[in-house]
Amino acid sequence: MEYVIEMLNIRKVFGNFVANDNITLQLKKGEIHALLGENGAGKSTLMNVLFGLYQPDGGEIRVKGQTVKISNPNVANDLGIGMVHQHFMLVDTFTVTENIILGSEPTKLGKIDIKRAEQEVRELSERYGLAVDPTAKIADISVGMQQRVEILKTLYRGADILIFDEPTAVLTPQEIQELIQIMKALVREGKSIILITHKLKEIMEVCDRVTVIRRGKGIGTLNVADTNPNELAALMVGREVHFKTEKREATPGKDVLEIKDLVVKDARGVTVVNHLDLTVRAGEIVGIAGVDGNGQSELIEAITGLIKAESGSIKLNGKEILNLPPRKITEAGVGHIPQDRHKHGLVLDFPIGENIVLQTYYQEPYSKNGILNFKNIYDKARQLIKEFDVRTPDEYTKARALSGGNQQKAIIGREVDRNPDLLIAAQPTRGLDVGAIEFIHKRLIEQRDQGKAVLLVSFELDEIMNVSDRIAVIYEGKIVAIVDPKEITEQELGLLMAGSKRKEAGVSS
Amino acid sequence: MSSGRLTNFLIPLLAVLLGVIVGSIVMVISGYDPIAGYSALLYGAFGDSYYIGETIRQMTPYILAGLAVAFAFRTGLFNIGVEGQLIVGWLAAVWVGVAFELPKFIHLPLAILAAAAAGALWALIPGFLKARFKVHEVIVTIMMNYIALHATNAIIRSVLSDKGYKSEEIHESASLRSEFLQSITDYSTLHYGIIIALLAAVIMWFLLEKTTKGYELRAVGFNQHASHYAGMNVSNNIVLAMVISGAFAGVAGAMEGLGTFANISVKAGFTGVGFDGIAVALLGGNNAFGIILSALLFGALKVGALEMPSSAGVPTELVDIVIALIIFFVASSYLIRLLLTRVKKEGK
Ligand SMILES: Nc1ncnc2c1ncn2[C@@H]1O[C@H](COP(=O)(O)OP(=O)(O)OP(=O)(O)O)[C@@H](O)[C@H]1O
Ligand SMILES: [Mg+2]
Repeated sequence: MEYVIEMLNIRKVFGNFVANDNITLQLKKGEIHALLGENGAGKSTLMNVLFGLYQPDGGEIRVKGQTVKISNPNVANDLGIGMVHQHFMLVDTFTVTENIILGSEPTKLGKIDIKRAEQEVRELSERYGLAVDPTAKIADISVGMQQRVEILKTLYRGADILIFDEPTAVLTPQEIQELIQIMKALVREGKSIILITHKLKEIMEVCDRVTVIRRGKGIGTLNVADTNPNELAALMVGREVHFKTEKREATPGKDVLEIKDLVVKDARGVTVVNHLDLTVRAGEIVGIAGVDGNGQSELIEAITGLIKAESGSIKLNGKEILNLPPRKITEAGVGHIPQDRHKHGLVLDFPIGENIVLQTYYQEPYSKNGILNFKNIYDKARQLIKEFDVRTPDEYTKARALSGGNQQKAIIGREVDRNPDLLIAAQPTRGLDVGAIEFIHKRLIEQRDQGKAVLLVSFELDEIMNVSDRIAVIYEGKIVAIVDPKEITEQELGLLMAGSKRKEAGVSS
Repeated sequence: MSSGRLTNFLIPLLAVLLGVIVGSIVMVISGYDPIAGYSALLYGAFGDSYYIGETIRQMTPYILAGLAVAFAFRTGLFNIGVEGQLIVGWLAAVWVGVAFELPKFIHLPLAILAAAAAGALWALIPGFLKARFKVHEVIVTIMMNYIALHATNAIIRSVLSDKGYKSEEIHESASLRSEFLQSITDYSTLHYGIIIALLAAVIMWFLLEKTTKGYELRAVGFNQHASHYAGMNVSNNIVLAMVISGAFAGVAGAMEGLGTFANISVKAGFTGVGFDGIAVALLGGNNAFGIILSALLFGALKVGALEMPSSAGVPTELVDIVIALIIFFVASSYLIRLLLTRVKKEGK
């Protein structure tokens, strides 16, 4: 018996929209199998079918040779299938252990045996090298840790087939390396893994085989050893993809954003942005490189008015915008692609059309005298959907129903379309496929060429190196170095981010 | 899309049907004839023009209470305080109706506005506490209900009457009563309030679906973070949503004060209309048109039930159980949704 999972000719339809069109995926025991496809290709849908969240409209699922009907996630659990979702499903106020046992609590005389559960969680965690503290509260641990809790949850329920839906999209590069080690440990212990990711490097590094789907159709399954990133990208997008975006030399103009001596404290009163200075000029892209948690999120939230700064100055086109309300800052000419698209970027229960006018609904032509003009709103939505290649059945679909990548494209379309003087892009390509990343990078550069100032924050060094004209390295709330991407290597940049001085990093100033 | 809309329509219908069926079982077990019982109910609600008038009169405050609950719900709030806001609205309307003598075209609108303002004010407090200090509105609104009930009683005793148990009757110029409506319904207590209630339904729909303010309120209701990011004032919108909800509730009180009773009397307990409003809103899918239909059902149940003891011998307690069963099934519509999707899957 070779395959632990066989999904044969799976079909899934939403209304008139075919999300999965006769897709076949076969998982061998002990392998890491990548599922690759553009945003909206139907990967999450296919996995939700396997996990029992959706019922297929056609096709057959076999688990260890037996044909099965997975009518809900409990059935999947019983079959040994576990899933780590694209967006975590944890109770913030519970501890790690409480989250893990939720729904299958061990009891002693009718009382939850939390001690025993903690012990079990600790053992599992050690066995797979997860280093999770069973007694920590979810709200207090990092995103990477939360993901491990999700992994433990599936292991605790005895899963031997694990589905990871874009696990690395939310992780920092360091956390990604750790996750890769964890996955390797899991397969050594006899687990089989389906991994969804857009990062071809990761596929090349850990996967044995890869199944490619495009627009809901299965393209084929390849051995990773026999392929290369270029071929994979071409297969999934259906055309040649350029990993390095072409751009001409920047011609910076006047200062658009001037930050002087900015101090920001976080909710606990800790200084996270510490007397920071930064200037972004018209016609240039400044990339902020730094390890997560060095103040980049707070810096952006302070510029956009989402949190209050303690002191300092933020000028936009020479005008002070420090601590103005968000609307005033938006109107002054700031566009913002937020880091967390579900929390800040979208009202998930609104249709795409209503999301497109989230900041502009009160202006003409979207409304007049307080009355919304739905025709103009939806015309604009249609235009942006087309321009930014947002894959959606139509502009009336709720944002929630869009795939992660397409949600992001809708946000980017909205922000670019407002034509701001300063465009702040925080992790703009997180969770996007290679084709979409190329597209977004082109758009950012296009903004620059039109004389806009662009501030890019990203944990992807590739992206920072590729797109920026200047790189500002942030460390402990300060800009510690400004470097030219053409004159620095990724290794040197990595050292700067870790706090070493320029000389030590081998960069001459 | 269309199948979703069909389900939205089917669920409340099935809920009512299930309530009716289980209600019959209860009647049979208790030794009463369900067919006689339900025909009495039906007759008592729609049997002749008098009953129709009474049913419409009864649905009037239900519509407004339902709108109040639904408006809050659509903007992310749970207003359990409709009952209290209704009571203060009632008081304010009667007060204005008694205290002034003005031409009708000023007096009546003034009395209704006073009721709306009183309800709004009553809801302002939980709204403000929620927006400013994140105090949960459910707790505050429940408390505000009690304050409303007892404060109103005290005012009726000390201000609106001389230690009596009810106020004077309002002046004719503030009254919603209509001889015309009474005459065509065989002298029921039907009054012009129904027009105001229907108008309020249109206003709620328009406000929420068509205006920029409604857009903001809905956005804040769904996702405060994104609304803040988009430049909306989250706190103000929470307060405003609560205030508008309270205004609807206050007007519901005006229907009783200016139409049905023409006065206000000391209450031993809550009217129940505000609480029923939660069920009305739920059954109506929190949508203005749906609320009109579900208010009609609740009005019919309430009025028709009065006929059950006399014509079919079913005791009032049992009638209350039957009505409660229907509400129960409405509230557990999630269950019905589940069953419905199951059935559909099997059918395929
Ligand atoms: N519940 C739903 N109702 C309607 N359409 C849906 C629903 N779920 C997904 N879709 C549509 O099906 C398509 C596939 O979505 P899916 O989430 O599977 O994509 P994906 O491959 O996981 O993309 P991404 O990489 O962006 O996460 C999308 O176009 C999406 O809009
Ligand atoms: Mg997905």
